[in-house]
Amino acid sequence: MNLVISILEQGFIYGILALGIYITYKILDFPDLTVDGSFPLGAAISAALITRGMNPYLTLLVSFAGGALAGVCTGLIHVKCKVRDLLSGIIMMTALWTVNLRIAGTSNVPLFSQKTIFRNEWIQGIGPEAIAPYRTLLLIIVLTVISKVLLDLYLQTKSGYLLRAVGDNDKLVTSLAKDQGNVKILGLAIANGLVALAGCIFCQEERVFEISMGTGAMVIGLASVIIGTSMFRNLCFMKTTTAVIIGSILYKACVAIAIRNFEPQDMKLITAVLFLIVLVISMERKKKVKKNAGTERHS
Amino acid sequence: MLELKGIHKFYNPGTVNEMCLFEDFNLKINQGEFVSVVGSNGSGKTSMLNIICGSIPVEDGQILIDGKDITKEKEYKRNRKIGRVYQNPALGTCPEMTILENMSLADHKGKFFGLTRGTNKARVDFYREQLRQLNLGLEDKMDTKVGALSGGQRQAMALLMSTLTPIEFLILDEHTAALDPKTAELIMELTDQIVKEKKLTTIMVTHNLRYAVEYGNRLIMMHQGECVIDQAGEEKQKITIDDILLKFNEISIECGN
Repeated sequence: MNLVISILEQGFIYGILALGIYITYKILDFPDLTVDGSFPLGAAISAALITRGMNPYLTLLVSFAGGALAGVCTGLIHVKCKVRDLLSGIIMMTALWTVNLRIAGTSNVPLFSQKTIFRNEWIQGIGPEAIAPYRTLLLIIVLTVISKVLLDLYLQTKSGYLLRAVGDNDKLVTSLAKDQGNVKILGLAIANGLVALAGCIFCQEERVFEISMGTGAMVIGLASVIIGTSMFRNLCFMKTTTAVIIGSILYKACVAIAIRNFEPQDMKLITAVLFLIVLVISMERKKKVKKNAGTERHS
Repeated sequence: MLELKGIHKFYNPGTVNEMCLFEDFNLKINQGEFVSVVGSNGSGKTSMLNIICGSIPVEDGQILIDGKDITKEKEYKRNRKIGRVYQNPALGTCPEMTILENMSLADHKGKFFGLTRGTNKARVDFYREQLRQLNLGLEDKMDTKVGALSGGQRQAMALLMSTLTPIEFLILDEHTAALDPKTAELIMELTDQIVKEKKLTTIMVTHNLRYAVEYGNRLIMMHQGECVIDQAGEEKQKITIDDILLKFNEISIECGN
């Protein structure tokens, strides 16, 4: 039972991260490695603010803003300095390592004695004593669902339409008399904001900030997105955002089952192998409009 | 009125592969003209369109719209007044979005894309009416993804979308070249109908000499960055496919093939 709760907790937290990666990878068609830096950025911000006595719920918003700022930087490097997408992300990821250390002060900040969004008088006073073991999970689900619904709503706005259009066919955005560079920067900002939010929640759940916690975040998120989108491709009634979150839970479950039979240091290898398996099974092939001459796209 | 004045365009400047395409190229297109542009590959037709739209920079010269210099203006800003249909039908629409969403995007061209609903419900009937004019049955498939449509249907949508909002210039870059003869015919008739209805100043690059002769009120033939034929009005009406072919042959002999 504890294992299931732990999988669900992690799965939903990483679900928010996967929502961010869904924006960059699926909608913008941008392989964004900033994620490995913006995930711990959110954690560093919340750890630094909580130890200074800030209301833990406010750190959610500040972390989102911090992540969005990192996304804007990646976007500016890509759009204004004309650096290739992958390299822009790597540059920001590297830079953020130092930024994160500066924000947190050290490479490891324990939060065991601090109030977090999961441990304070207010939240512990809600509901009967019987739900106590599930309180963390419930709060995580609420936060994930809020993020998902807000993202769904955003994607149905005019600005959201433009974001979807820019990844689909950036030439069309230009012919709509809109600067496609700005739209990409906006998309990266929202994506990295969500990633940092996931980092913030993860750090408070684990009650520790660790500088290397972002390593592999991109791979986990990407695997979740690909599992979700390819497994539920044929279910029209299910939104892609929902599929992505379920993908994240499934991925965490796979990792949890695999890790029981191995040593903890095998973790990253298992992650990588699982990702490879997911990729091969789903036969995900990125398709770009430019390379496709029209009719063959629909297959 | 659109004017190209003293345009100089080089490819690969400063390298051994430097190639001069335009050297002091001038062209004036008046309000309401429908110009057909023909010419062999590499004669500068598409480059000219790209220069007008701002997709590629020029080394020297001016581009004027109604006397206003837009040479330095960014491509996306120029597109407020310009609609463009490409040869590749995939470039004029968003394949992963539905017909309705595509129409909503096109309807909002040039305006601010904020946090209001993407599709204005009150406009749906208008979109449906516009799509009905295409006679392709698209008005009943509003929730279908555009990626599921055929090339011809997409090109028809691209044409409709690029002219949905008020524009001054319509740029057609071999927009029937990737379509089968029957669909090409349909798109061409549709183009003519829209151009006449909205009184658009149009530049159409085409390899189909029959279209070049039949449609439009001015014909330009380009060769090595210059206009070798430029006829408008009655003279244009008299031009036949044979005249153009004759000129093509003359050029070929000059070039030694």
